[in-house]
Amino acid sequence: MPLIEIKGASKGFGPPGNRTEVLKNINLSVEEGEFVVIVGYSGSGKSTLINMISGLVKPDTGTASISGEVITGPGPDRGLVFQNYSLLPWLNVEENIALAVDEVFKDWTPEQRKAHVAKYIAMVKLTPAAHKLPKELSGGMRQRVSVARTLAMQPKVLLMDEPLSALDALTRAQLQDEIADIWLNNKTTVIWITNDPDEAILVADKVIPLLPTSPATLGEPMIVDMERPRDRKAINHDARFKKLRTQLITTLLDAKGRTKVKASVKITLPDILPEDLNYVNSLQFLNRSGPKRRSDKNREEVEVAA
Amino acid sequence: MHLIQRFKLDSIFLPLGAILVTCFFWYVIAGKSVITEKVDDFGDKIKVTKREGLSADLPTPVETWTASKLYITEPFAKRGELDQGILRFTWMSLVLVAQGYAIALIIGTPIGFFLGLSKKFTTAFDPIIQVLRPVSPLAWLPLGMILFSGVKIVNGDGRTTFGASDAAALFTIAICAMWPTVMNTAVGVRAVPQDYLNVAKVLKLSKWKTLWKVLVPATLPYMFTGFRLSLGIAWLVIVAVEMLTGMPGVGGFLWQQYNANSYAHIILCILTIGVVGYVLDRLMSAIESRFKTA
Repeated sequence: MPLIEIKGASKGFGPPGNRTEVLKNINLSVEEGEFVVIVGYSGSGKSTLINMISGLVKPDTGTASISGEVITGPGPDRGLVFQNYSLLPWLNVEENIALAVDEVFKDWTPEQRKAHVAKYIAMVKLTPAAHKLPKELSGGMRQRVSVARTLAMQPKVLLMDEPLSALDALTRAQLQDEIADIWLNNKTTVIWITNDPDEAILVADKVIPLLPTSPATLGEPMIVDMERPRDRKAINHDARFKKLRTQLITTLLDAKGRTKVKASVKITLPDILPEDLNYVNSLQFLNRSGPKRRSDKNREEVEVAA
Repeated sequence: MHLIQRFKLDSIFLPLGAILVTCFFWYVIAGKSVITEKVDDFGDKIKVTKREGLSADLPTPVETWTASKLYITEPFAKRGELDQGILRFTWMSLVLVAQGYAIALIIGTPIGFFLGLSKKFTTAFDPIIQVLRPVSPLAWLPLGMILFSGVKIVNGDGRTTFGASDAAALFTIAICAMWPTVMNTAVGVRAVPQDYLNVAKVLKLSKWKTLWKVLVPATLPYMFTGFRLSLGIAWLVIVAVEMLTGMPGVGGFLWQQYNANSYAHIILCILTIGVVGYVLDRLMSAIESRFKTA
């Protein structure tokens, strides 16, 4: 039985009549221990999809389930890493993680919980910054805290909603490697959402494109059978990487091309006749009823030079 | 270096200049005592003092100072129930304000939270709040007197320590000072980013924990802005309340001195109220900036 399963789910937003269908006929199944990356354009419904699994959004039709149970709301078995980190700014690194740990492992002793928090801070290499507030950290460090907070809950599945898209390219590369490493050591199930095809192929076991049809649907999964750990410098010259990348980008671009919408608008030229400004101050001008229109004129005299 | 020095000098001399100019205009419009010698009906020479000027009864800055010197140099002296050092009066007023203000915060903050959290609560109570908010302290005081007419706490000697007028005073301060706290807390709660609430949802925090770990800290900056505005209003209301109830304090002293024709003391009271209000505001904004998050 797959760990996460979505069957025939669809979701739309807005009141009836002015409704936008975002996702349609979504079928997804993720096995335990799998690293799945979903790639799609910005605004194509990626976040909605992951929020269905996290339980923040309920599908209109179809179901999302974890270990066979239908998901009805958020829970600590599905750890969500937010795109904008969502650390609480008034708590320091340790307290932010402790908030999650205290809630999930209520029956532990305070010492156990403290050690648990320290372990995960060490895992993301932030031990020296444990007592700093989020505003004193760089973007990359904040996202590491966010990852540590989620991992510390020991969720069955790690949901990452564009976790690195707010970071600069170099930090992003570093964090991709770090998270891939952490996954190698933990083997948690991961569902990662991104808009970067390279990132997707670099970290994933399985890449699924989210096709930007309107409403969006999932494309055919692609299996990335490259050995780990992957070296980002060497991989650029790997024939399999290049092939997958071309295939993925082509799929996404083709789907985008097919959704181009044709619309026709009737353009009418203005038919107001120019005013004679020599008479602006005259009573006749003030008493005129609005601008003159060409269509009002019954007859127009045109002088033609012989 | 040159710039910094100039800036510092400017920030001292410009306000000083403005104060001197104001005092000069004050002096110009103030009345001056003119002493003339006159022969009265019995043939004796007597001195007659007459006040002249644009506003004959207004004391000049110097007269104000001489008349107020005793109150300022001995700020904690007690010479009688209504003749005490200015800081002693200020202290009495501050104690009363502190009590009324505390009531305002204790009642106002939860109301603000309810307004911010529940749309139905807002729809239900918003009209009442909007109508009550602009009512002047002078209007609330008589109502307070009626509401608490039965209140009487007597000490061992049979003297009333807390009567209807005390209760009415606290009621007036509390109800007038409450609104900024209510409104700002409500706005703050509504402005809590959805991200933080999502964190609480994903972690499955209990309602109580969400309130204390997420909502309250996130709202704190707004709440303190409300607290600061509330304190300003509480201090404004105190004068009116003391005047009407005759309680001892800066406002009571001001009114009593007006009735006693000691006009110089009125100016002393006004300046004291102004300075204390300013200090309170600075104090609150210092606390407020400590609670600014991110």
